[in-house]
Amino acid sequence: MTAGRRTTRALLLALLWLAVGLLAGAAEIRPTRDYLSPELRRAQDDPSRHPGWLWVEEGETLWQDGERSCQSCHGEIGTMSGVAARYPAVAGDGALLNLEGRIDRCRTQHQGQPAFGYESEPLLALTAAVALRSRGMPVNVVTEGPAAPFLEEGRRFYETRQGQLNLACGQCHDDKAGQHLRGDVISNGIGTGYPAYRLDWNTLGSLHRRLRACSLGVRAEQLPLGSAEYLALELFLASRAKGQPIEAPGLRR
Amino acid sequence: MRTVPITARITMPASARKGEVVPVRVLVRHAMERAANAPGVAPTPRRILHTFRVTYGEEEVFRMDLSPGITANPYVEFTTVAAESGTLVFEWHEDGGAIYRREAPLVVT
Repeated sequence: MTAGRRTTRALLLALLWLAVGLLAGAAEIRPTRDYLSPELRRAQDDPSRHPGWLWVEEGETLWQDGERSCQSCHGEIGTMSGVAARYPAVAGDGALLNLEGRIDRCRTQHQGQPAFGYESEPLLALTAAVALRSRGMPVNVVTEGPAAPFLEEGRRFYETRQGQLNLACGQCHDDKAGQHLRGDVISNGIGTGYPAYRLDWNTLGSLHRRLRACSLGVRAEQLPLGSAEYLALELFLASRAKGQPIEAPGLRR
Repeated sequence: MRTVPITARITMPASARKGEVVPVRVLVRHAMERAANAPGVAPTPRRILHTFRVTYGEEEVFRMDLSPGITANPYVEFTTVAAESGTLVFEWHEDGGAIYRREAPLVVT
């Protein structure tokens, strides 16, 4: 009898530990680099092996390009230190802009040039070069004030079950983080590595391109790059990522 | 035969002692266009960097045949031995006959 009771108690204790472990796992957000394979993590840290640097160099050239170059107002690209950690942010006119949006707006409003357009090579290159200046810095987006309604919109998108598979983002990126899905490890989906070079794409791509792949994955409607829904989601992801290091330009599978 | 500059990142020491093993890492930007031919699709010829060749002081020190699957922005790492001060010439041969070329100096002490 005593032995039986002892077994029951041990079993209960084990269950309790399991529950605590699962809850802790669900609440904890870890940098995406922790979920990468050791090889990929090493390559991400090594510019001599990271193809994303081909774009970074192009972006640094673009920074100085033209008569009214980025540099003519902002100075050296080093002044962009910490900027990527603060985006997405609400602009003066109330629009939510991510880093790509900010750069393209600068181009049309201040440089008098046609917009590069989402996912264009020059915009990816410039975004990567600017984001690199915040590498390792903690994400620090503003979520109060005018950003609050966008944050709520993003949270709703994140928590809503979508698509034929009827999945919400968190069902993978909170509940199953660290487990395997189609040969890759599920991360917390915080997007700190974008624009990232994905081996799957053979090229550098934006977070919104990645989000379209997520939408396709759950058989939901793929929204346009730069759409209001993805922008709001990007802000919510950044709020989840607060304090996590920027990894851009990342290296992903 | 035309030679064209290409976006590449060559990482190697600027100088080395004679006889020292020099690691060379090379990344190059290329889209790797695979051949496409199917009903309803306009046939596209293959256009990849099929050969990578490196000479050092006129002598070939590295050569590699590349194939579809590894030629999108291909990364190649190899070593060579520092013999005398000279230039390493990196050549990528593309389908269609174009040759892309980059150079990197190596000072041997």
